Amino acid sequence: MPNLEHPAYPAATLLQLESLVPCRESQVSMLLSIFGERQQFSFPSIFIYGHTSSGKTYVMQNLLSTLQLPHVFVNCVEYFTSRLLLEEILIQLQSCSSEPEQTSHVRCDTFNDFVRLFKQAVASQELQDQTLYIVLDRAEQLREMEANILPAFLRLQELTDRNVTVVLLSEIVWELFRPSTGCFEPLTLYFPDYSIGHLQKILSQNHPPEYSADFYAAYINILLGVFYMVCRDLKELQHLAVLNFSKYCEPVVRGEANERDTRKLWKNIEPHLKKAMQTVYLREISSSQWERLQRDDGEPGQLKGLSAHTHVELPYYSKFLLIAAYLASYNPVRTDKRFFLKHHGKIRKTNFMKKHEKTSNHLLGPKPFPLDRLLAILYSIVDNRVAPTANIFSQITSLVTLQLLSMVGHNDQLDGPRYKCTVSLDFIRAIAR
Amino acid sequence: GCFVFKPSPKKRKVSQKTAIDFRGRNNESEDSELRFVTCQSLWNQIKSETEQIQEDLNKQLFDNLLSFLRRSHSEFREKTTEWTCQMKSREIPTAALVLGVNVTDHDLTFRSFSEVLQNNITPYIALLEAKDCPDVKNLMQKLMGQLMNCYIDVDSLEDEDFVQVSQNRIRCSMTSLINWYENVTKKTDSETPSKKRTSSSRRWQSPPVVVIFKDMESFTTKVLQDFIVISSQHIHELPLVLIFGIATSPMIIHSLLPHSVSSLLCIELFQSLSCKEHLSTIIDKLLLTTQFPFKLGEKVLQVLINIFLYHDFSVQNFIKGFQLCMVEHFYSQPLSVLCCQLVDAKKRVNSLSHDQCENIRKLPSFRRYVEGQVSEKQIALLTADNFLKEIVQKLLEDLHVYHENYVSVLRCLHVFTSSLPKYPLGKQIRELHCACLENRVWETEEYESSLQLARMLNKSDVVTMLQQCVEIFVSSSGKEFDKTVEKLKEFLTQFQKLEEAIQERDVSVSSQKELQKKTDLFHLQKTLLELKESRRSKKLTKFEMLRFEVVDYIDSLVRTYLIPADHKTLHEIVYFNTASVLRGHLNAAPRIALHTALNNPYCYLKNQALKSDGGSISNKAPDICIVYKLHLECGRLINLVDWLEAFSTVVMAVEGPNADAASSDQVDDIIHARFIRAISELELLGFIKPSKQKTDHVARLTWGGC
Repeated sequence: MPNLEHPAYPAATLLQLESLVPCRESQVSMLLSIFGERQQFSFPSIFIYGHTSSGKTYVMQNLLSTLQLPHVFVNCVEYFTSRLLLEEILIQLQSCSSEPEQTSHVRCDTFNDFVRLFKQAVASQELQDQTLYIVLDRAEQLREMEANILPAFLRLQELTDRNVTVVLLSEIVWELFRPSTGCFEPLTLYFPDYSIGHLQKILSQNHPPEYSADFYAAYINILLGVFYMVCRDLKELQHLAVLNFSKYCEPVVRGEANERDTRKLWKNIEPHLKKAMQTVYLREISSSQWERLQRDDGEPGQLKGLSAHTHVELPYYSKFLLIAAYLASYNPVRTDKRFFLKHHGKIRKTNFMKKHEKTSNHLLGPKPFPLDRLLAILYSIVDNRVAPTANIFSQITSLVTLQLLSMVGHNDQLDGPRYKCTVSLDFIRAIAR
Repeated sequence: GCFVFKPSPKKRKVSQKTAIDFRGRNNESEDSELRFVTCQSLWNQIKSETEQIQEDLNKQLFDNLLSFLRRSHSEFREKTTEWTCQMKSREIPTAALVLGVNVTDHDLTFRSFSEVLQNNITPYIALLEAKDCPDVKNLMQKLMGQLMNCYIDVDSLEDEDFVQVSQNRIRCSMTSLINWYENVTKKTDSETPSKKRTSSSRRWQSPPVVVIFKDMESFTTKVLQDFIVISSQHIHELPLVLIFGIATSPMIIHSLLPHSVSSLLCIELFQSLSCKEHLSTIIDKLLLTTQFPFKLGEKVLQVLINIFLYHDFSVQNFIKGFQLCMVEHFYSQPLSVLCCQLVDAKKRVNSLSHDQCENIRKLPSFRRYVEGQVSEKQIALLTADNFLKEIVQKLLEDLHVYHENYVSVLRCLHVFTSSLPKYPLGKQIRELHCACLENRVWETEEYESSLQLARMLNKSDVVTMLQQCVEIFVSSSGKEFDKTVEKLKEFLTQFQKLEEAIQERDVSVSSQKELQKKTDLFHLQKTLLELKESRRSKKLTKFEMLRFEVVDYIDSLVRTYLIPADHKTLHEIVYFNTASVLRGHLNAAPRIALHTALNNPYCYLKNQALKSDGGSISNKAPDICIVYKLHLECGRLINLVDWLEAFSTVVMAVEGPNADAASSDQVDDIIHARFIRAISELELLGFIKPSKQKTDHVARLTWGGC
């Protein structure tokens, strides 16, 4: 395992950093060598990508703050317009400077303004002899802003002629960013997923003070055995670990087993964890409800998850409208006559089904249908006469807003709107009962 | 909006222009003002009653939600340093509030809920609707606008201008929201000791910020996702609680939010009362009571209930419909002035004018009553106003007593019918009520079969029902029920005695069984046959006799008290029965109306010249009507040239045969223009559209009718 080494920084700080970012030593040392010494110019832009919770944000934050490098950290989801984003960078820059200046609100509408204000901000403080790092988290959002934002950030060093490095963090690869007009290519750096060993190491690091590290490590081992198949998200795993730990400790607290009795503890916790996988992990039951259940020693069976409440009560005609929509969506038009007309004549068995139509229509998904067809089917499936009142029509739009139907090709209302039925067969079955 | 609420024009007119309009058309009777006042006061009573009902029904739900909100940020407030709290990722507490598909009612629920919140938990509430939030920016703007204004509402209005101005300039980002929150909480902390002791003790140091998404289904996925991601990053600084208003099923959360986002939430489910139960309560409290003098006739009630069950499930709309009935009744029925509490009504009878007396004489139910009297009395009734007034007072009293008895007996009957298998008379009391209003319920087949079934009830059921009936009668206001209660209690004691008797007899029966066991198969068969024979011929057991008596007694009660209202004299005064008006207002049929207007313009224009005998096309009709009628005869694609030809033929028919020759080959320019105009009007109305399949053709968008 490579120890972090860099001539520019004191060894103690590096050691501290190393303890903070387990399993990411190689990436950190790579970054350090790219960054160079404080006053040295670094690469203009660095692009770091990796899967969810592979430690991108965490590593960058710890690296910059432990080494006390001047930096600005912005989340692009939170600052959803370019103006907000640029202003936020400037505000953070101001607070970066040591002298508490007036924090008057600056307006920054364009990137041009930004470059100008940025120069001012950097000049006004003693940042000139250090590299300034601007970290843009969730950088994929930049693509949805104005077209010039991303390329301009990539060559900010050149535009401002200052010692600045822009670091982009994202979950998707660089190829999806590259604008069609071309741009400065950043240095790309990949953060691989944590392996199971890494996860084990990281999760066991934060053991509760009451219990020994070994005991907690054993627990993490069991936890990973259950959850590693479905979830590799470090945050989620940590959350689950904390939620279920008290249950794991139960036999020890009651004095039935001691801390070394792994087998007994495993027997106790394993079914519990499996249950957790089906409920809490899927957010069927909230974690607070889960904790309460644990405390009261109740069975999770009593608490119905979100998916258990699938039944939707609908008014009489809404039900029929939905059923009619379902029929219209999944039956081909030419069978309508056969299904809904009283005197449909003989069914020609031969040649009726072409070969490719044997695949179930349910696999192909719903097809759009015009309003007229929906109403025609409605009239034929409802027993008594239905007057086409305003209420019926408003129910169709209601169903659309409830997302049980969806409208296809929305623009031309007069021209016979087309709909799709978006509910499943099970749902229709429940309604038709 | 879902299940669109259509404000009834009549109601609005009345509330805006007050009584003047009421007088408007029927100024022949001077009571219009009084009628208006009566109507208003009655409506106010009913309104407060319905609000009270709603509050009571929602109480349970609100209590649950409040305790959830109190719980949700307890960790935040206590600032625990425990290991678990440090390590756990902080989720946003979220309440998934399943409210049912009656979206029109939700508004009221949310309003009263936010009121409750404001009084109990937090002043910081934002109500968001999907239509205001097409993207995150708008959502943040809306959110901050509502939150920062609500702060002013709670404290003082002095610095309103200052905040109003700065609100526009403020950056709508989470940071400024957090800054605001810090300022506000700090300020209240320092201010409270002096002036708001009581309120601060109720609230905590840092009240949560509640964001309510009124219609979860309509929000776009991206907006919700982004908002949740953003706010989850600041959950440590801003104690946020989300409430999702869900109309369908909570599954929608999973279908709208991917796992990575929903894992940031801590979702708990809350379910509101079903709207059907709500309606039952409303009907119970509004219609099946003597508290309100105004009543709905059978057809009208049926219309309202059908709209509810078939179309919208909206209780608010039901109440609005009820209101419409009331306004319509007081507006159209001059005698509705007597539709008030009995004491007032008697006074008002005395001051009735001669015209009003004549109105009473014209009532069909009163005419029927007069015909049943002896001839001297008939003359007196038809000539002497004073005598009439006396009688009317008595009749009104009768009507009142009838209502009192009716309700109790109806409930009693419902106790019996609601437990029968297959519910021949309906499960809900409203169905029974409709059946009783419609005609003599004891003459219906369903009643017959339910009596039959009632004669087969087992004993414990009968006893509990009798007990329920006793309770109903005891608590009822009717004065005639003392005897009934006595009779029912007597039945109960008889049942009691029967039970004791049976216990005694049990011993003997068991000994008989002992005997049977020992006999062989042949003997057994024989004895069984004998037993069967004897049972058939045997007289009914005591219990069965008693049961018959009970059922017969109930039957007699029904026959005396559940007479349909329209058999009662003067029922027109309190019953609103014109269902057609109501249907026209509440269940409009635009297509049919449009068709009638175009097909038979006389119906709306009332021009004698347009009165036609159906089939033929009159050339006096407006151009669009002619064009419409002609197009009804065509298929899916219409040739414009042929259509124009036909149109000009119809229009020219007035000029007679002499003009015919001149214009046979060339269509007049004016007629051409008229035709084009009519065609474009039809296109605007959505009957036809230009077609690309054939040149010079248009496509029909409607079908049928030819």
